[in-house]
Amino acid sequence: MSVLVYTENWDGKFKKLTYELISYAYAVAGMMNTSVTALSIGKVDEEELKQLGRYGAKKIISAENELLTTLDNQAHTGVIAGIAQSEKAEVIIMSNNNAGKALAPRLAVRLKAGVGSGVSRLPLNLNPFTVYRRAYSGNAYAHVVIRSEIKIITLAQNSFELKETNETALIERLNVAVDPSSVKTTVKEVKKQTGKVLLTDADIVVSGGRGMKSPDNWGPLTELAEALGGATACSRPVSDEGWRPHEEHTGQTGKIIAPNLYIAVGISGATQHLAGISASKYIVAINSDKDAPIFEAAQYGIVGDAMKVLPQLVTAVKEIRK
Amino acid sequence: MKILVCISNVPDTTTKIRIAEGNASIDTTGIQWVINPWDELSLTRALELKDDPASGVKTVTVAHVGPASSEPTIRKALAIGADDAIRVNAESSDAWYVATQLAEVVKKEQFDIIMCGIESSDYNGSVVGGMVAEFAGIPSVSAVSSLSIEGGNMLITREIDGGKEILTVPAPFLAVVQKGIAKEPRIAAMRGIMMARTKPVKVYEPVQAEPLTEIIALEKPAARSACKLVDASEPGKLIELLKDEAKVI
Repeated sequence: MSVLVYTENWDGKFKKLTYELISYAYAVAGMMNTSVTALSIGKVDEEELKQLGRYGAKKIISAENELLTTLDNQAHTGVIAGIAQSEKAEVIIMSNNNAGKALAPRLAVRLKAGVGSGVSRLPLNLNPFTVYRRAYSGNAYAHVVIRSEIKIITLAQNSFELKETNETALIERLNVAVDPSSVKTTVKEVKKQTGKVLLTDADIVVSGGRGMKSPDNWGPLTELAEALGGATACSRPVSDEGWRPHEEHTGQTGKIIAPNLYIAVGISGATQHLAGISASKYIVAINSDKDAPIFEAAQYGIVGDAMKVLPQLVTAVKEIRK
Repeated sequence: MKILVCISNVPDTTTKIRIAEGNASIDTTGIQWVINPWDELSLTRALELKDDPASGVKTVTVAHVGPASSEPTIRKALAIGADDAIRVNAESSDAWYVATQLAEVVKKEQFDIIMCGIESSDYNGSVVGGMVAEFAGIPSVSAVSSLSIEGGNMLITREIDGGKEILTVPAPFLAVVQKGIAKEPRIAAMRGIMMARTKPVKVYEPVQAEPLTEIIALEKPAARSACKLVDASEPGKLIELLKDEAKVI
């Protein structure tokens, strides 16, 4: 019996969400009196793999094969399912990010496992196995019983604290066999966003809505995000108007994020927008309309003109960051 | 070429969710049911492809797992422009159950492209599409934000953490669709609504399947503390509060 974590890497590196997964798995394994095995697919060096041990992985399996360089849902599922079986995994944990959403359901069918997705707390109960997850786009949380022998959990990003442990991990390198004909997808081109903090990884997000009035007004908002070391985002009307790229759209049909701090500027706070940001630890509203619903969701606010407030916030942040 | 779009019906996205007595479901009184927003975008893209003779797409079918009471949602999809529909006559109990039913539809009929929304706005599970593909034994691509057909080949953009990938995949395959695939959902015109009444809806009886998950309780999110307002003449105070009180910067 074990708890298996699937870890994705980005050019051979893990990131905070990887360690969140391991920390979470370590806590689950503790509840179940078992240990954590981490599975890494792709080229990751020894030093980086060891980091997984710091957060509680007892065993690290590093599976490599040239055919697994880009994500092929079927090929990757095959590898994870094989390891899950040899490790006798009872619980499999992965991120609720795009890769996790691509792999968890296929793996579920292979292993006849129920999936609890977007889980944000430790299991509420082991028998029956009950997870706590977001539902109705953040308007409710559900207690979900998973009745299958093997359970798959996809963990919501930024929902679990990192915790270092004293575990020392054993690293096992594995050259996995992949039948080339089983890889159906061919990646022709990769376009990476460079030099900016990723919206889904950011601890701080500064977001603009229609109240910003024009795409030409984004300067001070971007400056504030940069001064705070955060990412920029926007509401749906703004991305629909083409003022900002659709990758920045946060809300029900856009990105669902849970940063430590979300600053909503000129965003009224429609239900659909709140659905994408309600799991943020702190929400700040800056809006000229004192009756805007965003103030009901926010813990801090300023009723005022964003164009006047933003530059002063930038100055104040630079002051404390000196 | 034939496209299947899987649609789910969900409470209108502006609905104030109330939890029903017993705490395991929502109170559906007065709820307006709509096509799940991502499924609606999938349908829009499917119809755009059909409108372009070069794509080779001849028909767009919608499939839905639900009782007869969800027929208005299916008719809406037909009014928007789908050619025909399949309804699996069953209450959708969990993702495993729904995916089993949809996979039967996929196996029974010959579709080249199957489209599913990346999540439903009610259960937010994000798993039905991938499960259908695995049950049916066909490739799947998730987080698809553009899909075109060039000379019979599928050209796809998939969103990854921190970027995009352009990829190809042979048909039949399943696209798990996210925002970006189509700009605005189509709105049904009067003519479409009239025509939808006579478009064929096939009804399949469900195959045997055991749900693997069950919602035993629902709760409302914890209430947040009241908003502390900082005067617009002193925005610096906000930064102080975020630093010293909330400790987030």
